[in-house]
Amino acid sequence: MLLTIAFYLFATVVIASAVMVIMSRNPVHSVLWLILSFFNAAGLMVLVGAEFIAMLLVIVYVGAVAVLFLFVVMMLDIDFASMRAGFVRNAPLGIIIALILLAELVLGIGAYRAGALVLGTPDGTAAPLMFESNIESIGALLYSRYLFLFESAGIILLVAMIGAIVLTHRERPAAHRRAHQDIGKQVRRKPEDATVNASPAIGKGIDL
Amino acid sequence: MIGIEHFIVVGAILFVLGVLGIFLNRKNIIVILMSIELILLAVNINLVAFSAFLGDLTGQIFAMFVLTVAAGEAAIGLAILVIYFRSRGTIAVQDANQMKG
Repeated sequence: MLLTIAFYLFATVVIASAVMVIMSRNPVHSVLWLILSFFNAAGLMVLVGAEFIAMLLVIVYVGAVAVLFLFVVMMLDIDFASMRAGFVRNAPLGIIIALILLAELVLGIGAYRAGALVLGTPDGTAAPLMFESNIESIGALLYSRYLFLFESAGIILLVAMIGAIVLTHRERPAAHRRAHQDIGKQVRRKPEDATVNASPAIGKGIDL
Repeated sequence: MIGIEHFIVVGAILFVLGVLGIFLNRKNIIVILMSIELILLAVNINLVAFSAFLGDLTGQIFAMFVLTVAAGEAAIGLAILVIYFRSRGTIAVQDANQMKG
């Protein structure tokens, strides 16, 4: 009973906040609704016993991705009102396509419920370990059978990190750099370059 | 009792909302990226639900890889967005024709 109530609560909030993500006028509000949506999706995953993925969702999505979105939205100075110009004009086509997609998905789920589809049965090699927590079962599988996939996921993240740094890195403009200390230039400097002997005529002054 | 169908329905609705968000906010690429995140979240909910109800952890491991790709995609997408804004002063993607694609 409590499970049912929790499921409907989480599912309702996920869907309502997803609606707010795509409808809200201000992208900052969109990001905040997205964070709420991720939290409740994590709640849904806890309900089915996938604690590790739920925590990963909170850490990676809320802690990293959503905050990255928030930074970018607040960093760029954008006139968001003009961004919504095509909102009403695009709405009919979008709603039609969304309804078609939803009808197809409902059809698929209906076919599954009617028994027309036979899902493959798991062979038991990736079954959760008995008397172990979800995270220990995932760890045992991840570091044995999926080790190379796990490593390649790390490579993907490394490539994404280097790509993001290379894309956004910018050399300081030359005018700004001149104020910096250049040790080599200081060491190369000789007294003859810096000082002059002058014997000005009396009453004439000196040209500098 | 909550069965697998309930989770699939939630995933389907979330997926459709993500696709709708791409169509509604065609000018605002930040909201488009957020809609893509919603779509990937729907995929993750489906994977985890099937994994839990079929008793096979492969789905949860695959959900982790989807999460990895989503994080990388968000980072690269936002980096491209930042340099695009730096060079053009706007993020209107409708008149992005520099590459004549």
